[in-house]
Amino acid sequence: MNTSWSRFNVSSVIFGFAFLYLPILLLVIFSFNESKLVTVWGGFSTKWYASLFKNQGLMDAAWVTIRVALLSATMATVLGTLGALALTRYTRFRGRILFSGMIYAPLVMPEVITGLSLLLLFVAVGFDRGFWTVTLAHTTLTMCFVAVVVQSRLITFDRSLEEAAMDLGATPFKTFLYITLPVILPAVISGWMLAFTLSLDDLVIASFTSGPGATTLPMKIYSQVRLGVTPEINAVCTLMIAFVAVGVILTALLNRRREVQRVQDEQAALRG
Amino acid sequence: MNRLFLAVFNRLTIGVPYLWLIIFFLVPFAIVFKISLSETAIQMPPYNPVFDGVDTAEKLKSLSIANYTFLTEDPLYYRSYLSSISTAGIATFLALLIGFPLAYGMARAPSTLRPTLLMLVILPFWTSFLIRVYAWIGILKPEGLLNQLLIGLNIIDTPLQIMNTYYAVYIGIVYSYLPFMVLPIYSALEKMDYSLIEAAQDLGCTPTKAFWKITFPLAMPGIIAGCFLVFIPATGEFVIPDLLGGSSTLMIGKTLWNEFFSNRDWPVSSAVAVILLMLLVIPIMLFQNAQAKAQEAGK
Repeated sequence: MNTSWSRFNVSSVIFGFAFLYLPILLLVIFSFNESKLVTVWGGFSTKWYASLFKNQGLMDAAWVTIRVALLSATMATVLGTLGALALTRYTRFRGRILFSGMIYAPLVMPEVITGLSLLLLFVAVGFDRGFWTVTLAHTTLTMCFVAVVVQSRLITFDRSLEEAAMDLGATPFKTFLYITLPVILPAVISGWMLAFTLSLDDLVIASFTSGPGATTLPMKIYSQVRLGVTPEINAVCTLMIAFVAVGVILTALLNRRREVQRVQDEQAALRG
Repeated sequence: MNRLFLAVFNRLTIGVPYLWLIIFFLVPFAIVFKISLSETAIQMPPYNPVFDGVDTAEKLKSLSIANYTFLTEDPLYYRSYLSSISTAGIATFLALLIGFPLAYGMARAPSTLRPTLLMLVILPFWTSFLIRVYAWIGILKPEGLLNQLLIGLNIIDTPLQIMNTYYAVYIGIVYSYLPFMVLPIYSALEKMDYSLIEAAQDLGCTPTKAFWKITFPLAMPGIIAGCFLVFIPATGEFVIPDLLGGSSTLMIGKTLWNEFFSNRDWPVSSAVAVILLMLLVIPIMLFQNAQAKAQEAGK
């Protein structure tokens, strides 16, 4: 390869990442702006963070959002992992095409359609809208993401390990608990993380399915953004970005450590 | 005993998520379809969510396609559909123009650097969609950072009006969905054997020709997956046209939202959703097909 190509490659990568990260970086910088204008720099200040924690409405919304995200991500992880097992393990069962369709479709389905249809379901069965309806809606959306993440790990899974365990007398449940689960655990954890952040971020589905007393943080942010851009919103956004970034980096480190540990265990077992 | 246990275990593995998706994904669509066929008069005010089952069953007997004929009569709706499709199409193309060189550059990077680059592409996806769209308001508005920069550099005298135009919507879509374009193309290009290019060049192919004859066809599955992943959700997008496009841009996600939350006309918004779904069903099925094929190939 000649050098002009690689220079082109490097610059397209730099340009791409600048495009991806500059807007977020500017948002974070202007959350520390003294001035009330978000685009004119007036000196460094953390006063918007202080005013943020005094904003009771915002704090309530944050608490609702975190509870919804924790609960829905956990349910979605269980359902999505089962879905991934069903898709990879059982290549033939009645309605498999419909099943895989229902797993993949929500990934690309416009949120307005998902939100509207779930709302109409809850209304039709007379389920009062609020915390639980948002949680159920988020579980449904995010379990499909979990299923895809776990599925990609299961495809490369060596099934002879399971067969060996069962030959040695382990029950299927025990085999799953002691053999399958530890191997797919990193994928299950990333699936949970993904489900959690997706739930944390969602505006559209939450707006449709939520009711009085269950305003989520994105709904609150959205209603304030429509009134105008303020440094306080920048501060909330910065905190959310920091929260998610810390979570993602921690999981990545944890996964890497597990992976190293697993490789060492395998080598130790081989040396036996 | 063990066999029975296994059978139950298998049944549950498939049955539980299956049932869940039928109840919370398939049945809701049936309800949307049903309500779209009901008279607008039966609309339930959103402030009174109590739904009388018996009453509804009677009312639903009078199914009508009035809501659909209404959609064809008001130019707002078909204009929204058309402009959604064209906006999503243009934005998908722009995302490909930016995403392909990025994915290509990443795939050609030293293999020690690749995991980090991959992480950097995925990371924005983890940060809130709403926040990333919001970030652009401060950049694009008339007294925003982009105009300050361009005026400061003496490139322009008067601020550009980008906010509240389709340009802002394109930027928003490309920005928000770029990782979806980059990742499938990257995974296609990463698997590619670059000795093919060298062979082609040894045989007298120009680099440009080798690109179009070898790299591009090999990246095609990734390009197709990426385009679907951007185009389908972008067509029904609400947040981006609402926050960046303002009142001067039309997109069907926004029309549906307004129909539902402002006009409170549930049957008409259901009809809007049904038509949108029908427009997207072909791309969605193509996408699933490609996805299933990729999974098979991965085995």
